[in-house]
Amino acid sequence: MKEETLLSINGVSVAFKINGEFYTAIDDVSLELHRDEVLAIVGESGSGKSTLATTVIGLHNMNATKITGEINFQNKEILELSEDEFNDIRGDEMGMIFQDPLAALNPLIRIGDQIKESLDVHSDMTEDQKQARVHELLNQVGIPHPERVAKQFPHQLSGGMRQRIIIAIAIANKPQLIIADEPTTALDVTIQAQILDLLKDIQRENHAGIILITHDLGVVAEVADTVAVMYAGEIVEQAPVATLFNDAKHPYTRSLLRAMPTIDSEDDELYVVEGAVPSIKDMDRNSDLFAPRIPWTKPDVGHPVLKEIAPNHYVRGESWREFKFKDEL
Amino acid sequence: MTVLMEIKDLKVHYPIRSGFWNRITDYVYAADGISFTIEAGKTYGLVGESGSGKSTIGKAIVGLEKITSGQILFNGEDVSKPSVRRKMKYNKDVQMIFQDSLSSLNPKKTIYQIIAEPIRNFDKMDKESEKQRVIQLLDIVGLSKNAMFQYPHQFSGGQRQRIGIARAIATNPKLIIADEPVSALDLSIQAQVLNFMKRIQKELGISFLFISHDLGVVRHMTKNIAIMHLGRFVELGTREDIYNNPQHIYTKRLLSAIPQIDIANRDANKAKRAQVEAEYQEKRSHFYDQDGLAYPMHQISDTHWVSTPPTNISEGAGK
Repeated sequence: MKEETLLSINGVSVAFKINGEFYTAIDDVSLELHRDEVLAIVGESGSGKSTLATTVIGLHNMNATKITGEINFQNKEILELSEDEFNDIRGDEMGMIFQDPLAALNPLIRIGDQIKESLDVHSDMTEDQKQARVHELLNQVGIPHPERVAKQFPHQLSGGMRQRIIIAIAIANKPQLIIADEPTTALDVTIQAQILDLLKDIQRENHAGIILITHDLGVVAEVADTVAVMYAGEIVEQAPVATLFNDAKHPYTRSLLRAMPTIDSEDDELYVVEGAVPSIKDMDRNSDLFAPRIPWTKPDVGHPVLKEIAPNHYVRGESWREFKFKDEL
Repeated sequence: MTVLMEIKDLKVHYPIRSGFWNRITDYVYAADGISFTIEAGKTYGLVGESGSGKSTIGKAIVGLEKITSGQILFNGEDVSKPSVRRKMKYNKDVQMIFQDSLSSLNPKKTIYQIIAEPIRNFDKMDKESEKQRVIQLLDIVGLSKNAMFQYPHQFSGGQRQRIGIARAIATNPKLIIADEPVSALDLSIQAQVLNFMKRIQKELGISFLFISHDLGVVRHMTKNIAIMHLGRFVELGTREDIYNNPQHIYTKRLLSAIPQIDIANRDANKAKRAQVEAEYQEKRSHFYDQDGLAYPMHQISDTHWVSTPPTNISEGAGK
């Protein structure tokens, strides 16, 4: 079961049209996701992690977006699907969990009806079966009194409860692939822990694959199996989760790990990554894009490439071999 | 150390109106019987989930929230009345940094106008020295003086938050209330803002009340931490008291929920979390009174205060 490939992304690039010109937001990304696996994608805002997710689930406006490469999902080339064919998959075999549950729910429709909607579209259950399934789902995501909650409106629930509703909608049709875009960023820590445990339980049941997009490394350490670190639309490092936390190589990964205020840190100053992610118009694809943020290190010449330096451990470029933080020089 | 502010039995209750006459039928106890002391030049952390009332306390201190009863003593004077606040120019000395930097900066004003506003309100300066002061403030938070003529939308989230800090320190305040100042920011920018706040405090000797739900950030920022739940403090102590020797079940639950970077023991940590959660659900009624509110706090060491049930203090504190 474990090694069955569910989704393979092959050399995918995404460019957006801004004022008539195309700018590359994602450059040549390749990833593989297996059943029962949690693949975490981390990076700062502007690194392209959400763009990658919306590409997989097909939410781009195709008039202003140019996508190249291949995305293979359960033996289907999803970039070649028509809009109607995609609508059959989306919400059925693929489910998405959004960051802001209040914005993702319709304020005027009762909770039960919003969950039922995805059953209406993708299944041929009878009305009674759907009703039963809605209550079953609410129960599964840990909502007390499913019958009562099904009749309520989104504003009557707390943030954590709303996020559970979003999860219930995403898993209504037992999807094989769940994409979770910052699912716990808006939540309190206690609720975050519950939601993460819930996601894991659901995954075990369906043998689904999960793509988890987050900027919270603590969350990654809790649930991920594999981690891909993105910077400026490229993967700069990819490794099994234990390797990434114990033996990170790329300067960007190491900078992120260092900037984190951990519970054990007594240091007075936190590490700051200088500068900012370049804007989409300023990304020179022919250079080492992270180099400007570590100016004391000799940059790679030309465009650095992603190489496998140990089994399943990929790092971009060569500059990491000599990289040291300023205080280590 | 000199006491800067003393909060005594602060209560903020919101009325719930219902029925035909729209009479007050009940109250929401947003903050109920809060007492603590802020010393000059120190940072205090206030931690709780959303809805625990931590922002209400912050707003009550700066005077944005009408208090129901209790006292807020600033340098010995009760500042809970607007007239007293005006007379002693209280809002010059106590400033606030908000969570959402975009909505707390006026989009139609330049950075110069935004930062100069508190200076104009409280300090009489001529045009030239006002300008010098703004440049100096921008320099403190690491922005170039060209930023003066730009508008808030032209800056990134971290830069905007630093502009908010520059505005807050413009009048040389003695106390800054920082309400979730970094929770909307990326990791690297968060580090930048936290470093700024620490540095500014060291250089200018400002007291901070740091309100947050992120225990990792709070631990980094402060040695004095209060844990709040449902409008009341449940535990108050030093960093070591709270993190190494938590007494209240709610504190234990909060601490166990923090994601840990400990991949080898992931399943063990998950099991432990489930156990703490089960214990919390089971013992909840024991630690809270019949209205669901925490009991008053008792002192268990020089620095450590815990809310304990009245009948068996020793049992509750012994765990």
